Amino acid sequence: MSLENVTVLGAEETAGADTAQSAGRLALAAFTRNRLAAAGLVVIVALLLFSFAGPLLYHTDQIHTRLALETMPPGTGRPLGTDSVGYDELGRLMAGGQTTLEVAFGAAVVAVILGVLWGAVAGYVGGFVDGLMMRIVDALLAIPAILLLLFLATVFRPSVPMLIIVVGVTAWLVPARLIRAEALSLRGREYVLAAKTMGVRGPTIIFRHIITNSIGTIMVNATFQIADAILVVAALSFLGLGIAPPATNWGAMLSDGLNYTYSGYWWLTYPPGIAIVLTVLAFNVVGDGLRDAFGLDSGHG
Amino acid sequence: MTRFLLRRGAQAIVVLLLVSVIVFCLLHLLPGGPARAILGVHATPTNVAAFNRANGLDSPVPVQYWHWLTGVLSGNLGFSYVQNESVAALLGQRLPKTAFLAGVSVVLAVLIAVPVGFYQAVRRQRVGDYVITTVTLVLYSTPAFWVAIILIDVLAVRLHVVPAEAPQGSFSAVLGDPSALVLPVLTITLVTVAAFSRYTRSSVLDELAQDYVRMARSKGAGNRVILFGHVLRNAAGPVVTLLGLSLPFIVSGTLITEYVFNYPGIGLLAFNAATTQDYPVMLGVVIVVAAATVVGSLLADLTHAVLDPRVRTAAGIR
Repeated sequence: MSLENVTVLGAEETAGADTAQSAGRLALAAFTRNRLAAAGLVVIVALLLFSFAGPLLYHTDQIHTRLALETMPPGTGRPLGTDSVGYDELGRLMAGGQTTLEVAFGAAVVAVILGVLWGAVAGYVGGFVDGLMMRIVDALLAIPAILLLLFLATVFRPSVPMLIIVVGVTAWLVPARLIRAEALSLRGREYVLAAKTMGVRGPTIIFRHIITNSIGTIMVNATFQIADAILVVAALSFLGLGIAPPATNWGAMLSDGLNYTYSGYWWLTYPPGIAIVLTVLAFNVVGDGLRDAFGLDSGHG
Repeated sequence: MTRFLLRRGAQAIVVLLLVSVIVFCLLHLLPGGPARAILGVHATPTNVAAFNRANGLDSPVPVQYWHWLTGVLSGNLGFSYVQNESVAALLGQRLPKTAFLAGVSVVLAVLIAVPVGFYQAVRRQRVGDYVITTVTLVLYSTPAFWVAIILIDVLAVRLHVVPAEAPQGSFSAVLGDPSALVLPVLTITLVTVAAFSRYTRSSVLDELAQDYVRMARSKGAGNRVILFGHVLRNAAGPVVTLLGLSLPFIVSGTLITEYVFNYPGIGLLAFNAATTQDYPVMLGVVIVVAAATVVGSLLADLTHAVLDPRVRTAAGIR
């Protein structure tokens, strides 16, 4: 269905404006047709504004605890109540959103860079090197990321940069596999063979031809990586191995709230839980949209 | 088939060896090396040196690796000084409980997800498909612990249907308290159904677009014959592969679930080991799970090859 629309749109524009359609513009056209993906993008922008611009409008003290005001239900002046040490829950949600999104974006960038380089080299070089590099990926994939993360989190003191690296180095395996598959098919193309015959060196071919031509796969996977990283960071923090207080994130807030489920303090668990689901959902929907836009089969798992 | 078996088996052995190298590296990556990991951070340099001499940790690294590997292969996974018990014994007590919890949940998940995914693919872009796609997408974006918290809040705290804490004690005690198992099983099942049904839907959709479906249809085969005679068997292949590969994913979900419900399995064991810096136990869990994953994906590939002859011949290209 969407494919037909793209073709029709492309034909119209070529006839009218006499400009060749680049893959990027076709992709943009297909993406904007996907209303769900557009909605996801709006949600992401809203969440970024909420987390980063929100504290400028809604001032709260997120450093000093006020035990006199602990676990107050929502009311005037505190729309979402307060948590177990008296932090304003809405302000906490903003502060938690900042670290969650920072770590997720950072980790996705680290994972994608590592994975793209690894996969492109393996796929382009091929042979024994490829076999060995991919078996290493298989071996790491056999170890549940959560165990590796628990291990790393106990060795390195978690901070935002540390979490970015720790989550990034456990998440690069899927992009490595995807890009390796791309590289395998790209390295047999005429322009790569031509470049090779002209004496262009391997690294140049990898950067100029293999990676640039896999950009669709890379962008789609990066989007899903952000969604996954949010879940992973939240899980780590939920297990108490995230960032140390007074800094927080949504996972740590949920972990706190879990102790008060029996007291019925819903405002300590539902807001951060909904925030996590909404954010992950938005990135997944955008990823799906991008995948359709680039005409790819699969970019996840 | 024999060549495929040998090839795939050799690959699995290489991967297992690499897993062992990775775990060995992790053990040595720790500040202070394995001695500090085992004796704790407050060990004096003299103690560390004595420990190293006594356990052969002053010999060259390849020799150490060889000793460690032969030990692991003969079932010696190390000793937990924190719990004063051998790692193998600890795993032996916990593993059946986790295998039971994860096994029941995954069987339930497959029984739900495969028919649901199948139904969605056949009725794609109808109301039913849209509704289920939305539900599974939301569930897929929901962390296991948030599912667990909602379940506790609704079923245990508000409705008092089931207890929120998992059964404790020995394996038979765990089995003897089914109502306490409801929430942990439900949590893992829900999270797994979301992933599996999305996957089933897309692999059935792939199959429906194949030439053989069109061929069968043009020869006048009815929907029932096409779906249950052709598509089901062909789509089963990818689903079996998914099952083999999803063990790490299931372990992650199980670890979180065991933590939330205080279920005495290897997930909770690994978590407690992490908080007490009990590295031999952590790495023991890693080895066992990774080995199970490699063997699981090997079995899945072999099953896939039995179901679909094309896999055997195409294996060289993978």
